Amino acid sequence: MSRLQVAIVDYGMGNLRSVANAFQAVAPGLNVEVTSDASRIAAAERVVFPGQGAMPDCIRELDARGLRQVVVEATQNKPFLGICIGLQMLFDHSEEGNVAGLGVFAGEVKRFPVSSMVDLDGHKLKVPHMGWSQVKQTQAHPLWAQIEDQARFYYVHSYYVQPQDATLTAATTAYPFEFTGAIARDNVFAVQFHPEKSAAAGLQLLRNFVHWQP
Amino acid sequence: MGCAKRIIPCLDVTDGRVVKGVNFLSLRDAGDPVEIAQRYNEQGADELTFLDITASSDNRDLILHIIERVAEQVFIPLTVGGGVRKVEDVRRLLNAGADKVSINTTAVLHPDVVEDAASRFGSQCIVVAIDAKKVDNQPFEWEVFTHGGRNATGLDAVKWAQKMVSLGAGELLVTSMDRDGTKIGFNNPLNKAISDAVDVPLIASGGVGTLQHLVEGVTLGGADAVLAASIFHYGEYTVQQAKAYMAQHGIEVR
Repeated sequence: MSRLQVAIVDYGMGNLRSVANAFQAVAPGLNVEVTSDASRIAAAERVVFPGQGAMPDCIRELDARGLRQVVVEATQNKPFLGICIGLQMLFDHSEEGNVAGLGVFAGEVKRFPVSSMVDLDGHKLKVPHMGWSQVKQTQAHPLWAQIEDQARFYYVHSYYVQPQDATLTAATTAYPFEFTGAIARDNVFAVQFHPEKSAAAGLQLLRNFVHWQP
Repeated sequence: MGCAKRIIPCLDVTDGRVVKGVNFLSLRDAGDPVEIAQRYNEQGADELTFLDITASSDNRDLILHIIERVAEQVFIPLTVGGGVRKVEDVRRLLNAGADKVSINTTAVLHPDVVEDAASRFGSQCIVVAIDAKKVDNQPFEWEVFTHGGRNATGLDAVKWAQKMVSLGAGELLVTSMDRDGTKIGFNNPLNKAISDAVDVPLIASGGVGTLQHLVEGVTLGGADAVLAASIFHYGEYTVQQAKAYMAQHGIEVR
């Protein structure tokens, strides 16, 4: 079996084909696989950790498949891209179901507070935050290559991460307050939005990830 | 700040073909769902909705193949509705590449399907479609109808919307049956009443004839997204033109 270039971690939560399709579109011929096989993930050059649904379910299913360790190891030693709940799970703890995360980074996953969800004109902002919002790049990073600052990406979420170390944040989005839209540290990059559903800007980010040499 | 208001072209699909909008297109393009989806994507559509209007269940699975093909090449959110009866139908559509599944008649007949699907796949992928009509024989203004508008339910559309959100709907697609196909504009009072009553996003549908109607859907109706079919299919306007018009009128668009 040839060396896997990109392993997309499958722990049974939702459809990961869109992520695989998007990688295939930006890098034809790339050896990419949706897998729940820990040894395949351990041997892969790059790991993508997506997620949708509720975080307690995601953590439970990840553990049920015995994938916690291989995911945490990947955050320490190879290019790693977290998406949506795959970003949130990297933190200590989530308000969603009061559940512990993987603890790769210190911080909390918090729900958008209903009381403060109004824009400058006093209009109610909906939760989930669903749609295309501007992403402000707060640090230079190879994964932002050829992506305009303030480009719009597609978000769908009701929770956001609050890292203890503010220098982790690589991008913010205002809804209505500035929350962390992406984090970066060494070989790890993780985003709250969905690059696989964010048209040209999203595809560029995935292309950048495939070529990233942290 | 916030989200850009979304423009969502809606494609009606039957027997593996897009049926609206084929009339005035060249033969090369005629009705191929992938080409039409790509064209809207290139025009800047924020999302696409596919509505399976297949009458025969024999041909029902064709929509799965369409979604598979579109999802391989178009990287924006895809919603699929029409004929969703069981949680299993939701699973199959999501696995084919749909990001969201829209549930309409089944939500009324079996609300537990909405609840089960939301708890299993997450609220973010469950859209409840509500077909509503103004009535004068009820203690409320707008009544929910099913089966493509044929059957009255006795349900108050606003209360129904709240109930669907409480069961886990992550978004509502509200179609005014009084307006559908009329080209006189959305039913903004209906949309506003529902949008104000829930916290989840609302997609306005039914009645778009001009770009001004799209603007009013947002400013008067409180919609987070506007859905339209014929104005885009027949080439009256492109999605780009719609966005430019909305931006001129102070609406945040992508």
